[in-house]
Amino acid sequence: MKKTIFAGFGGQGVLMMGYAFAVAAMMDGKHVTYLPSYGAEMRGGTANCTVAVSDEEIFSPVASSPDFGVIMNRPSMIRYESAIKPGGKILLNSSLVDMDPSRKDIEVFRIPANELAKKAGSDQTLNMIMLGAFSVITGMTSLESIMAALAEITKGKKAALMKLNRASLDVGFEYAKQGVRS
Amino acid sequence: MNEKVLMRGSHVIAESAIRAGCRFYAGYPITPQNEFTEYMASAMAGLEDGTFIQAESEIAAINMVIGASMAGARAMTSSSSPGISLKQEGISFLAAQELPAVIVNTMRGGPGMGNIAPSQGDYFQATRGGGHGDYRTIVLAPGGGQELADLTGKAFDYADRYRTPVVILADGMMGQMMEPVVLHKAVDPAELPPKPWRLSGAAGRPSRYIRSLLLDIAQEEERNWKLARKYDNITREIPRAESYLTEDARLVVVACGTAARIAKGAIKRVREIGLKVGLFRPITLWPYPKRALCELSRSVREYLVFEMNTGQMVEDVKLSLEGRGNVHFYGRPGGSVATPDEIAKVVNSLYHRQRLEEES
Repeated sequence: MKKTIFAGFGGQGVLMMGYAFAVAAMMDGKHVTYLPSYGAEMRGGTANCTVAVSDEEIFSPVASSPDFGVIMNRPSMIRYESAIKPGGKILLNSSLVDMDPSRKDIEVFRIPANELAKKAGSDQTLNMIMLGAFSVITGMTSLESIMAALAEITKGKKAALMKLNRASLDVGFEYAKQGVRS
Repeated sequence: MNEKVLMRGSHVIAESAIRAGCRFYAGYPITPQNEFTEYMASAMAGLEDGTFIQAESEIAAINMVIGASMAGARAMTSSSSPGISLKQEGISFLAAQELPAVIVNTMRGGPGMGNIAPSQGDYFQATRGGGHGDYRTIVLAPGGGQELADLTGKAFDYADRYRTPVVILADGMMGQMMEPVVLHKAVDPAELPPKPWRLSGAAGRPSRYIRSLLLDIAQEEERNWKLARKYDNITREIPRAESYLTEDARLVVVACGTAARIAKGAIKRVREIGLKVGLFRPITLWPYPKRALCELSRSVREYLVFEMNTGQMVEDVKLSLEGRGNVHFYGRPGGSVATPDEIAKVVNSLYHRQRLEEES
């Protein structure tokens, strides 16, 4: 079983990123749980979700220590760096996180998601950039599954947005493929 | 129809209720179950015969449910802990008037306003009736995911079959969490068993009435005995529990709902280091699955009750075992959610303290 925490500002598409990944993993035939943070949330506040994916039944949706972290901003870095399992991986949005993790027992991947999103055509799709990179770095799911999940989530209504999502996933995917380990 | 969909727990209950033929929902917003009310608003609006009311208060909502139930509808309300307290008078009236209804409590930390985090602090309130008077409600404790869909349908069937309110006890985590589910086939409300007792207008037949005020003591006593006989039947007919890895267990963790899932995660961990530990998970909290727990006591002596409160269900475990086992307790109240690692440590420590590793 692998657990991933997605964390960042409200408005960065953090929950959507986790949701799309969870649906993709379900379509891959995996067991999955998606647990969002909830409560007095607001735009600009923090948001996070934990997605567990497994070949077996998942008992606890709560992660004692996640295997992967997708960290979109500095406050989330401070909060979740210490929680990641030794040997785990952190994907950092290096456009916004300028600090270096102090841990030496985890792998860190820096992805300038904001810049890459602009390059892909919209600065709103930084979550898709990260998800594309996540797919390469963790091998958890394929871009095809993510696209199928997005089609399911949006019910295929927004063709223009789907095109932009695909372009952003590809940019993140290619960037990560070239090797971004620090 | 048999396709898996990834759905939020609140939405699973709401959609399953509609598919079970629920056509009347009244509620008042409260976190962490606003998604429930939101879903009902749009889903009922999409049905020709659906009614959704955002009431002016929780109390108004439960009283609207009483009216809809009297008229024969499959009726439902939902709230979270403080809101459920407000509904208790109405639930007592439902029980007195033998009216079916389903009430969903997405429990949060308490007492008082408490917080919005997941909790099991309302166990006593739910399983002991909750309101005034000598009555019980059927209480179902889903473990999340598929069981939310399965038990919601069951809740409406039980409510109609026994003419009694049924409480579904969920919690903030279960309401928010998404898991794959296969939804049940939709039932046509017109095909449900008729309710010959319902108030439908007395044209062409003798009038009926449904009331809770019985000033005649003999009548009230008889009503109480009638309810008690009904509760006896329910206690015989519907207790349900899940046993997990109990065959060779020397220690059994007893937990329900979200706590049971965390406990299962812990049991998986301690099994890997060779501890013989199992789980007993009550699915009906009232009636409590006493007989199944007693059967376990033939081979198991040590029990650890784990709850997200300071110790409520532990009393039902003791009442069920009647001394045939040592009952220990571990709890995390106030909205704290223990991790499987934490419970694994508690289990490990108890296991060795009781020298269970030396037993053959």
